[in-house]
Amino acid sequence: MFTLGLYPEAMDIATSDIVHTDESELAIEARGLVKRFDQTLAVDGIDLSVRRGAIYGILGPNGAGKTTTLRMILGIIDPDAGTRRLLDHDNPKDVARLIGYLPEERGLYQSMKAYDAIAFMGALRGLPLAEGRKRGRELLEQHGLSHAADKQIRHLSKGMAQIVQLLGTLVHEPQLVVLDEPFSGLDAINQGKLEVLIRSLAEKGTTVIFSTHVIAHAERLCEGIAIIAGGKVPFSGGVDEARDRIPAQVRLETSSAEGQWRSALPEETRRIGRFWHFPLPDSGIEPLLRALIDGDAGILSLSIERAGLHDAFVAIAGEAAAADLAVETESEAG
Amino acid sequence: MHETVSGRLSFFRAAMVVARRDFTAVLFSRAFIFFLLGPLFPVAVFVLAGSVGAQIQSSATTAEIGLAMEAEDVDAMLEARNEVAARLGGGIPPMIPLARLEPGEKFDAVAVLENREGSIGAIVTGTLEKPELTAPRLNLGWQGIISMVAATALRSEPTTYPEVTTISVATSGASENRGRLGTAQGGLLLLFLLIMLLASMVLSNLVEEKANKIIEILAAAIPMDAVFMGKLFAMLGISVIGIAVWGTTGTTLLALGGRSLSELANPGVGWPLFFLFGAIYFAMGYLLLGSIFLTIGSMAPTVRDVQTMAMPVTMAQVLIFFLANLAVTKTGEWIEYVAIVFPLSSPFAMLARAAMEESIWPHIAAIAWQVLCVTLFIRFGARLFRKKVMKSGPQAGRGKKKGWFRRGAKASAELPLGGLS
Repeated sequence: MFTLGLYPEAMDIATSDIVHTDESELAIEARGLVKRFDQTLAVDGIDLSVRRGAIYGILGPNGAGKTTTLRMILGIIDPDAGTRRLLDHDNPKDVARLIGYLPEERGLYQSMKAYDAIAFMGALRGLPLAEGRKRGRELLEQHGLSHAADKQIRHLSKGMAQIVQLLGTLVHEPQLVVLDEPFSGLDAINQGKLEVLIRSLAEKGTTVIFSTHVIAHAERLCEGIAIIAGGKVPFSGGVDEARDRIPAQVRLETSSAEGQWRSALPEETRRIGRFWHFPLPDSGIEPLLRALIDGDAGILSLSIERAGLHDAFVAIAGEAAAADLAVETESEAG
Repeated sequence: MHETVSGRLSFFRAAMVVARRDFTAVLFSRAFIFFLLGPLFPVAVFVLAGSVGAQIQSSATTAEIGLAMEAEDVDAMLEARNEVAARLGGGIPPMIPLARLEPGEKFDAVAVLENREGSIGAIVTGTLEKPELTAPRLNLGWQGIISMVAATALRSEPTTYPEVTTISVATSGASENRGRLGTAQGGLLLLFLLIMLLASMVLSNLVEEKANKIIEILAAAIPMDAVFMGKLFAMLGISVIGIAVWGTTGTTLLALGGRSLSELANPGVGWPLFFLFGAIYFAMGYLLLGSIFLTIGSMAPTVRDVQTMAMPVTMAQVLIFFLANLAVTKTGEWIEYVAIVFPLSSPFAMLARAAMEESIWPHIAAIAWQVLCVTLFIRFGARLFRKKVMKSGPQAGRGKKKGWFRRGAKASAELPLGGLS
């Protein structure tokens, strides 16, 4: 039995009667999910496995199939083919009260007060309204929004309303939290707070899966990721595993710009200022070093850097997907 | 519907969550004041339309004068009536032979009138020289007409007119029918106005969820049928409050004017059952029309589209009202059965029937039929909504434009599940 620790007594209401027998290690298991809209193949045979208690990221540009995949997993739309299993149940509706879902399209009733909006979202997931209202006020207070508790949503800023909705997603203390682009629309400070919140959820045993097109969030938070591009998953696994997909990068600084030693550098070498960048050769660094020394390259510095998730994404999803991603990230920053 | 501890809320519990939210949202909004003032406008229309209704009523319930005299006198009276009517150019009630009596044979006109049979408003007995008019007090004014017709029957150009003896009865078939018809038409109009008042509100009921992107949160948590049902019941609850306010105001105004319900004709099924059926048929009529309007409204991407649809929807309602109104004056004819079987006019037609006829069982059958239709309409509406609106898919410019509404760039932006990602 997991608990967020905020409302241990309330967990009795929500999940105390649930008996987990032969509980699977996986919170989500999807196999061969396919979805087609008219002539568009939105999702083309996606497989996903998310461990219980993990933070899992789905990376991909807009139009890659992230939201459609999440909606299929949650049972909001049915897949044309494939199976999904959530918290040991084949039908997502059977575990609806154990799930918290923050859609990409944020929305709340504008005339509702903040604490009531949180309670309403809890009520949709089976939390008694009175309990939801009490928790709503407490959650707002914990997140520094007690002054907004009695304000109507229409009077809150966009960022505050988004946090209210996020709290509504968590008010019934779900076992599985699904967040679609949760960082979108938040300022840097609130993005940092959200990262802390996601980590604290995972520490308390909650499985968190979120989609994003900002790789940095996934790199900082996730134990596992799936890269989606063109409705397919070219990679799913650990963040380190993804980074290991491409060789480490060597950065070499030399005093001499020309010489025989240049022929020892790999073909993919790029020169940026005084530095030479190239992937670590399969033979290792030592033979290369020897050749450089023998050729009087004048080595000033040399570093071997492990590939970042962005480089891994580029390599795995392809340059086109990475270009899309760059455009979206820039436009969002703008 | 089965409810597990970890699974979705049961259908009714989920519907209650939605209904409670909608109910309080409407009740505590400024718009609710306008809702309460709403009946003032239809009442004005009602007053204007009153004369038209009165014409329908008079043509539908022309009272006849029954003749129960010796055979020769009956024939002479019928002939004389036509002669007088031709001379005067109308205004003479039709006469029908009730009985051709043998000399000395008695006829109990009071009993026949009190049985309230047919549309007989008065009965003439006796002889041409000494006619007797038995009628409710309202129709005793026909005394002069009877005297004129009897005198014409005696000689074609009368100079003297026989004295007509009058016997007053409490009621007659004609006055009962006329009263019931009034009750039926009044009930029907009230039902129509109440439902029409709610229709435009129901039509735009899902637009808020779509515009505010809440629909996906609802869809992820509870069945869409429950969302539809919850919304319909919330508006039903609002209307109950409205009816309570309007009913109290109306009754108070009637009491202040020294009027009461007892002045109206007793409905066929009696007042208690008539009120019960009125409440049930109002709920059914509202749920039937509301479920269709909610579905139509849910397909509209913007408030502007909903406003555009308001007029044809209102006109469709008026047509249904006319069908039911026509059925009232055609009892027992095919048009009445069509109005009863057609789900949308069924509650109207059946309420009118409750005013006109005594039998109860047709109401039980009709209510069962209407409940079935409500269930089917809601299920169909929810499925259509899921299929047509609640889908992820290509946005404008990337997909084909099809469906009930054009999906332009703005519309797509407002569709909550319109993004492909």
